[in-house]
Amino acid sequence: MSSNAITIPGNQIQSRPWVDELHQWVTTVDHKRLGILYILSALLFLTIGGVEALVIRIQLMHSHNNFVSPEVFNSMFTMHGTTMIFFVAMPVLFGFANYLVPLMIGARDMAFPRLNAFSFWLSFLGGLLLYFSFLGGSGLYGAGSAPDVGWWSYAPLGARAFSPGHSSDYWTLSLLVSGFGSIGTAINIIATIVSLRCPGMKISRMPLLVWMNLVMAGMVLIAITPLSAAQIMLLIDRYLGGHFFDTQAGGSAVLWMHFFWIFGHPEVYVLIIPCFAFMSEIIPVFSRKPIFGYPVMVAATVCIAFVSMSVWAHHMFTIGMNSYANSFFTLTTMAVGVPTGIKIFNWIGTMWGGRIQFKTPMLFSIGFLFQFLVAGLTGIMMAASPFDWQLSLSYFVVAHFHYVIVGGILFALFAAFYYWYPKMTGRMLSERLGKWHFWLFLIGFHLTFDVMHIPGVLGMPRRIYTYEPGRGWDTLNLIISIGAFIQAIAILVFVANLIISYFKGAKAGNDPWDAWTLEWSTSSPPLAYNFATVPTVSSRRPLWDLKHPEDPDSRYE
Amino acid sequence: MSLLRMKSSTLRFFAQTILLLFWSAVAGWTSEPNGSSSHGTNIFAPASTAAKSIADLSVFVLAVTGIIFVVVFALLVYSVVKFRGRAIDASREPAQVYGSTQIELAWTIIPILIVVVLFLATARVIHAIQDAPEPTDAVQVTAIGHQYWWEFRYPKLGIVTANELHIPVTEPGHPTPTFLQLLSADTDHSFWVPELAGKTDLIPNHPNRMWMDPQHTGVFLGQCAQYCGTQHAKMLLRVSVDTREDFAAWVRAQQRPAVQDAGAIAGRRVFEDNACMNCHAVAGTPADGRFGPDLTHLMSRATIAAGAATNTHNNLRLWIQDPSAIKPGSLMPAMKLSDADLDAVVSYMETLR
Amino acid sequence: MSVVTTSFPNTAPGWQLPSRGKVAMAGLIIAESAIFTIFVVAYLFYLGKSLTGPAPREVLETPIFYTICLLSSSLTIHFAAKFLARGIKFAFLGFWLLTIALGGLFLYGTAQEWHRLIYEHGLTISTNLFGTTYYSLVGLHGFHVTAGLVMLLTVAVLGLCGHIGIKQSGHIEALSMYWHFVDAVWVVVFTVVYVLGR
Repeated sequence: MSSNAITIPGNQIQSRPWVDELHQWVTTVDHKRLGILYILSALLFLTIGGVEALVIRIQLMHSHNNFVSPEVFNSMFTMHGTTMIFFVAMPVLFGFANYLVPLMIGARDMAFPRLNAFSFWLSFLGGLLLYFSFLGGSGLYGAGSAPDVGWWSYAPLGARAFSPGHSSDYWTLSLLVSGFGSIGTAINIIATIVSLRCPGMKISRMPLLVWMNLVMAGMVLIAITPLSAAQIMLLIDRYLGGHFFDTQAGGSAVLWMHFFWIFGHPEVYVLIIPCFAFMSEIIPVFSRKPIFGYPVMVAATVCIAFVSMSVWAHHMFTIGMNSYANSFFTLTTMAVGVPTGIKIFNWIGTMWGGRIQFKTPMLFSIGFLFQFLVAGLTGIMMAASPFDWQLSLSYFVVAHFHYVIVGGILFALFAAFYYWYPKMTGRMLSERLGKWHFWLFLIGFHLTFDVMHIPGVLGMPRRIYTYEPGRGWDTLNLIISIGAFIQAIAILVFVANLIISYFKGAKAGNDPWDAWTLEWSTSSPPLAYNFATVPTVSSRRPLWDLKHPEDPDSRYE
Repeated sequence: MSLLRMKSSTLRFFAQTILLLFWSAVAGWTSEPNGSSSHGTNIFAPASTAAKSIADLSVFVLAVTGIIFVVVFALLVYSVVKFRGRAIDASREPAQVYGSTQIELAWTIIPILIVVVLFLATARVIHAIQDAPEPTDAVQVTAIGHQYWWEFRYPKLGIVTANELHIPVTEPGHPTPTFLQLLSADTDHSFWVPELAGKTDLIPNHPNRMWMDPQHTGVFLGQCAQYCGTQHAKMLLRVSVDTREDFAAWVRAQQRPAVQDAGAIAGRRVFEDNACMNCHAVAGTPADGRFGPDLTHLMSRATIAAGAATNTHNNLRLWIQDPSAIKPGSLMPAMKLSDADLDAVVSYMETLR
Repeated sequence: MSVVTTSFPNTAPGWQLPSRGKVAMAGLIIAESAIFTIFVVAYLFYLGKSLTGPAPREVLETPIFYTICLLSSSLTIHFAAKFLARGIKFAFLGFWLLTIALGGLFLYGTAQEWHRLIYEHGLTISTNLFGTTYYSLVGLHGFHVTAGLVMLLTVAVLGLCGHIGIKQSGHIEALSMYWHFVDAVWVVVFTVVYVLGR
């Protein structure tokens, strides 16, 4: 074994003029920089989407409020949903995948760096296109500006007849464009993982984060494309006189629903599986034990990917499918809960017998476990289709999916931020601000989303700009809105932490968490070429083997 | 132990327990008691067979998921508390355990069994509700969803009305369920009256079917649940469940053509001259428009504009003068009537009992 | 001074992974297959549901000749790739250009058929459900043929200028995977539209 020490004399590192630096960033093909660009653009859209959420919550604070008009409100919930899913969640997860996957497999970059850059800029363009609708969406007197058809744009509401002007076109085009970006990134991730693993890293030795991003990328290929196809059909209807979803010409509104949800359901697994990946890397490190049941975790993930392709019509339980179809989708939806539950048990099994360190990444991970459990269980409730005939399209569903997306995905993302920020910037995030962020966000989250289940059960439908007094929804909505503002404050604390720590944070060094995967073997931040020499590995935790040569993992695998 | 010295883990355990207790209290406090005449919209206050079997299944599912929650939550809390690292452990790593086939099998097989049980319980209810045969003497209603109002037709009884549905209560010995055919004239809608049935969508070119057999009289509330455009929020539902006698009386009243009140001739002329009849129908007059609600018995309804306002003189006047004052985005245009014409037309409307 | 001190063994004997170009092309093909599947599902779903207008059996003529052209082009591109792998540039170019000609012929056939449908039978994309689904599905395929031809032409120009040699063999194989995919899609579209649909 040889030692490769590369010293870079301090006086050769010079600062460049800012225009030059900006040019470097805009033209970069480096996976680490593109990863950071994805994350920064996601944070930008998170702020905008968050403001939209606050507008919604102010309007709904009490019955018969008129903070905004119905037209504006309807645009707000459409833009909020579209922004958060397509321009926050997907980009931030692609950003982390971009940053981490090559490092974790011992590669120097993604398989196709230029495709990587192209995919990012396509995604970003899609976001800009969506927001341009506020300026350019009208096109017709009296027609709305930003899209207001809900993030599903159900037929025939999305047709020319019911959505005049260009607002729906901006919705369609922006998602089509960013969808192509997503497909490009997915292809890149797959090619990278299959073709660029370092010597010794067999498929069965890849970190779980790599495995799960591989599964996620595979799902993107067959889940995003149905939406792209449906949107092409919608454009044909809107501009070429087509009749795909034109019910007056015999077309089917239900067909749009099927196409949309064949995309829509796997999409939520595309969003959650990378978060499972974060948990599978972070929980072991802060429990000081390897992940419990690595092969089962892989199998469960692949199982989820397949089964999740068969559950889509549980979003359509109320549209009048026959009892056999409803029963089938009830069964598959309940079945997909089994591999998902197995993963929760394995994470708890990882913590069991460990020595848990309650640093901020672990706090968010524990929050994730609790909230994902609850969200999964409310999902099982709605899997029972008769129960869903009451709960569907109500605030119970809104509570459920925000529990998954905010309580699950966002918590996992916060954990990932606190865990990998040192690697990306060379500085630690403040633990003190991190704990403030965590507790404030936890309180706000539960205030909002625990309570939100109740109006659903009391008959409050979703997507309504106002509601009647005397239905028992007023006080509940007020509490929900207060929680939203507390979460907003927590996000401000988080952003402050990101900025302050960049300049004043403690220096991180290579491996601040005493972790075991390859990204911690290189500098923080890594140099452009990632590794001085391409490493060779012989187990799932190469750094554990190096730190514990008397008891390497390779002996047990 | 002061709060400041408690470990984060124990603190969160207490926080979560307090949360659980708090939300139970909130849920109890905010659910409304139901009077016998006006009912609420609580899915756990079912008043019909279908709603009741849904509520019963829901309680069963809640119980099962509740048990799962308690067990897994307990394991989570236990592991967080029991296995927290202490400062003295900093240099030693715990035993590195990689997995256990037996445990994996156990927590695979048990969930599969739970899924089988839940599925079987659910499938029975699905079948019972969806495949219920329609008795020959059921009340038949065709509901047609519009942006943003409900059209109700009783084909066997020759009635056309809007927004407020009247159906007979079902008595144990003499069941009279109402079967609805659900259609749409424009976009997707959804008929949701929580205490009477689960919701079913109204989708153009895709007729649907649902049924209700209410076991209590009174007014049941609901609203459109599928986003249908600007005024989706104010497409409200009122279902009046009447005794058999009251229902029969209502049917007879609805079957009569419009009241011909001589004092309202001026208003009727305004109505027929100003294109109102292009959208609205008044039985027994030349007005035969179907784009808007049938007005033949407008004054038999408690609300106007699909529940957006109560049916009072002032509201009616405001609505006709400028619909967007009550329901901005509604498809009824402001007809820009003069005050005199407006008053006349309102008087005419008020004769349509 | 920044120092990287972690040490790793420097050996890497016999570590062979699949070519990234072929893996990426396989990924693209999977994604495109999903898009085509949705259009095929729409076509099949709407068969017989048009409220008006010409029906498939009244107006469609099975394009046997042009189908043979397209499917033979798969054969010719296969030979072209094989010749290039052996370094026989002249034969590679010959078969490559033949592939382009056959693909171009197929597109001409589609154009001819569409001209007949539009001007003789009055079937357009907005006529009825059949028109919408037919032009969309066949058009989507034709679009992919066109995109393929653009890529093939680019390679032809590069080849004629002497830039394509044995080292580019992997790239050419990846591109020919795309062309084979386009042909396979045509087999499906042909079956669905001209065999099942009539």
